[in-house]
Amino acid sequence: MTVATPSEPLISPPRLQPTGWLRYLSFSVDHKVIGLQYLVCGFLFYLVGGALAGAIRTELASPVSDFMARDVYNQVLTLHGTVMIFLWIVPVVNGAFGNYLIPFYVGARDMAFPRLNAVAFWLIPPAGLLLITSYFLTGAAQSGWTAYPPLSITTPATGQIIWILSVLLLGGSSIFGGINFIATILKLRRPGLKLMQLPMYCWAMLGTSILVVLSTPVLAGTLVLLSFDIVAHTGFFNPTLGGNVVVYQHLFWFYSHPAVYIMVLPAFGLVSEILPVHARKPLFGYVTMVYSIMAIVVLGLVVWAHHMFTSGTPPWMRLFFTIATAFIAVPTGIKFFNWLATLWGGRINLNSAMLFSCGFIVNFVLGGITGVALAQVPFDIHVHDTYFVVAHFHYIVFGGSVFVIFASIYHWYPKFTGRLLNEDLGRLHCALTFIGFNLCFGPQHWLGLNGMPRRVAEYDPQFTLINQISSVGALLMAISTLPFLWNVIHSAISGPVAGDNPWNALTPEWLTSSPPPVENWIGEAPLVEEPYGYGVPAEQLDLAATTGRDLWSSGK
Amino acid sequence: MKSGSRWVQIPSAIVTLVIGMILVLAGIWIGHNFNLLPVDASANAPIYDELFQVLFTIGTILFIGIVGLLVFSLIRFRRRPGQLGDGIAMEGNLPLEIFWTAVPAVVVLFVGLYSYDIYDRMGGMVPLAHDHMAMSGAASGEERIWGGISSGSIEDTATAAAALPIDVTAMQFAFLFHYPQGDIISGELHVPAGRPVTLRMEAKDVIHAFWVPEFRLKQDVIPGQPTQLSFTATRPGRYPIVCAELCGPYHGGMRSTVVVEESDAWEAWFSSNAKPETDVTPSVANA
Repeated sequence: MTVATPSEPLISPPRLQPTGWLRYLSFSVDHKVIGLQYLVCGFLFYLVGGALAGAIRTELASPVSDFMARDVYNQVLTLHGTVMIFLWIVPVVNGAFGNYLIPFYVGARDMAFPRLNAVAFWLIPPAGLLLITSYFLTGAAQSGWTAYPPLSITTPATGQIIWILSVLLLGGSSIFGGINFIATILKLRRPGLKLMQLPMYCWAMLGTSILVVLSTPVLAGTLVLLSFDIVAHTGFFNPTLGGNVVVYQHLFWFYSHPAVYIMVLPAFGLVSEILPVHARKPLFGYVTMVYSIMAIVVLGLVVWAHHMFTSGTPPWMRLFFTIATAFIAVPTGIKFFNWLATLWGGRINLNSAMLFSCGFIVNFVLGGITGVALAQVPFDIHVHDTYFVVAHFHYIVFGGSVFVIFASIYHWYPKFTGRLLNEDLGRLHCALTFIGFNLCFGPQHWLGLNGMPRRVAEYDPQFTLINQISSVGALLMAISTLPFLWNVIHSAISGPVAGDNPWNALTPEWLTSSPPPVENWIGEAPLVEEPYGYGVPAEQLDLAATTGRDLWSSGK
Repeated sequence: MKSGSRWVQIPSAIVTLVIGMILVLAGIWIGHNFNLLPVDASANAPIYDELFQVLFTIGTILFIGIVGLLVFSLIRFRRRPGQLGDGIAMEGNLPLEIFWTAVPAVVVLFVGLYSYDIYDRMGGMVPLAHDHMAMSGAASGEERIWGGISSGSIEDTATAAAALPIDVTAMQFAFLFHYPQGDIISGELHVPAGRPVTLRMEAKDVIHAFWVPEFRLKQDVIPGQPTQLSFTATRPGRYPIVCAELCGPYHGGMRSTVVVEESDAWEAWFSSNAKPETDVTPSVANA
C-alpha cells in the first residue's frame, strides 16, 4: 500500500490562501510554508550576520583600529551577535525545522495554533529590519548582545532602545512558537501514537520549548526594566541611582544561558533524525536520549551564574554553579556516545548530510571539552571575557548548531522541494566550511589564553599573525557559502527529481509526497510506531542485500 | 563489539585496552609538552598551570578518542559501492550505556573536586572583605566588599598583615592606582615581588575588568560595588594589565602595565614617589 499516489482530488475547492510561490510571502497558516519562511528569512539574516562577522575579522587583521571607527566596531559586534542568535539560529533550529517537521512527527495536519504560528513568524522580519535599519538611522546599539548596564545606559539611547524593542519582538515570537510546540506535541498526537514512540526531534523541541516558555519572559522583563532606566531614568540597574548592575547580569543570564540550549537541543534532535537514516541503523539508546534531553533542560536552568564568575559573586555561589555546569557534560556525553554507537556497525552513506553531522560531532566535542574547563572557577577567572570564550561558544553555536542546520538542509531539501541537491557541491561546501571554521576559531583558544580580550578593535601586536590566520579562516567560511547558494538555487530549478522518499527513511514526513500536500497526507496520517526501525538483526547480517524492514512502505 | 574478521584473532578486548593505554599516554605526553600559556608571574599562576595541564590532558584524551572513534566508524562502516542493506539493528545496550554515563560522571566529579582544591589553594574560598580589610588597615572598614579573590595571602597572618593595599579606580579608558600608604597616584601598577598585594577596586562609570594574563587573575571592576583582588607577584618584569569587559569605544585601548620589581627596587620607586609628609616606611615585612 503506497501512501501518496492518489494525487488528483476531484474538485479543488476555492482556497482562501494564495497558492504557488506567493504563499511564501503571505500570512499563510500552513506549517510547512511557515517553516520554509523561517528557514529562508533566517538564512537571509545569516548572510547579514556573516557580513558583519567579515567586517569584524577585517578589522582584526591588523592590531590597530583602522578599518572602521571604534564605536562603529562596537555596533557591528553587537549586531553580529544579536542577528546570529535571535534572527538565524534560534528561528531556524526551532521555527523552521520545528514547524516543518513537528506536525508530521505527531501525525497532525498542522500546528495546534496555526494563526499564532503565522503571527510568530511575521514578528521576525519587522524586528530584524528594525534592528538593522537602526544602524543606518541613528546608529545601532553598541553595548554587545549582553547589553550590560551601565554601558547600555550610557551609550546612545536610541540605538539601545531599538535593540530592546527588536529583541522583545523576537522574544515574543519565540514564546508564541514555544507554546505552540508544547501544545502540538502533547495534544495533537495521532491516536495510538505514544510519547515514547515520537522521533527524537519532538523530545528535543518539547524540552527546548519548556526552556523558551520558562526563561524568555525573564529576559523580556529585564529588558523592559532596562528600557525604563534608559528612557525614564529609573534606577533598577543604574548604580548612580542606587541600582545594582550585577542583578541585571543574573536576570540576563537566567535567559541567556538556557538560550544556548534553545540553540543546541533542537540541533541534537535534528542530528538524531539524520544519523540513523544515513547510517541505516536504529537510533542507539532512545530512552537514555530522552532522559538526557530532560536532564539538560533541568540543569540548564540552574547554571546561569557561570557567566559571572568574575562579577563579584560570593565563593559558595561560584562553587555551586561550577558543579551544576560541569554535570551538564554527563547527559550531553550520553548523547554523543549514543550517536557514535548509532554509527558503529552501520552502512554509512557519506553524503553531505552525514558529513555535516559528523563535523558537528567533532566541533561540539571540542566546544564541550572547553566548556567543562570553563565551568571550573579558577580556570574561568583567567580566560573569562577573552578570545578563549569566543572560540568556545563559536564551537558550540556555529560548529554545533549551524553545522546541523546545513546537515538538515541537505537531508530535508528533497522533502521541501522534491528535488535532490548536488552531492559534490555539498561535500565541497562541507569541506570548506569545516576547514574554514576550524582555521578561524581554533587559534582563538590560544589568543584568549595568552592575553587577548574579546570585543576589542585593537590588540597587542604580538597577536597579529594568529589573528590573520583566523581572518583567513573567516574568508574561507564566507567562500564556502557560494557553492551552497548555487547548489540550493540551481537544484530547485533543475535538480534531479528526488521521489517521495529518496533516503528510504521511516519517519512520517517521508511517508507522503515531496513536497507534501497542504494537509500533509491524502487520507489518514500513518501511525509510525518505530521511527528508527532500520537495520537487520545481527544474525542475518551480510545475508540479504535488500533494505531492512519494509515498514515504511506498509504505512505502519 | 565486532572483532575484525581480517585481523589475526587478537581478542577485541585486548585491542581496545592497548588503544586506550596508547591514548592515555599520548594525552599525558601532549599535556606535558605543549605549553599554551604565557609566562607565570604570580604565586597562583603555577597552581593555575597545574590545573590547566590536567584539564588539557583529559581534554586531549577525550577529543582524540572520540574523533578517532568517529573517523574509524566512518571509514570502517562506510557504504561501499553496490551495498544496499542496512546495518545491524542494535537499539541499545544497557550495561554499555551505564558505563558511559558513569565514566563521564566520575571524570566530571574528579575535575570538580580537583578544581575546588586548586581554587582553595588560590585563596578563592576565603570569606571576603571583613577580616581582610580590617587587617590591611585600609580606611573603609565597614564598607561591604562584593567579591573577588584573596589569593596568596592565607598562609599565615603575618604575611596577610604585610599585604600592600592599593586602591584601583577604573574609568573610561584607564586604570588609576592609588597607594594609601604613601599617597602615591600612578598610572602604572608597581608591586614588589614576593609580597602580597590587595587591590581594592571600584569603577567610576561602567563595568571594567582588571586582568593580568601572566598572573592568571581577573576581577570585574564594578561601579557602586567595590571588589577586591589579592595576589603575590613572583617574577620581576613588566606585564600588561588588560581591561576585559566591554566598556566603550576605546575598550581595546584600555591597557596599563604592572611592573613587578625586586623589593629593593620597588622600595626605591616607592620612596621617591611618596608624599614627603607621609610615613615612608611601607616595609612592614619583606620576604
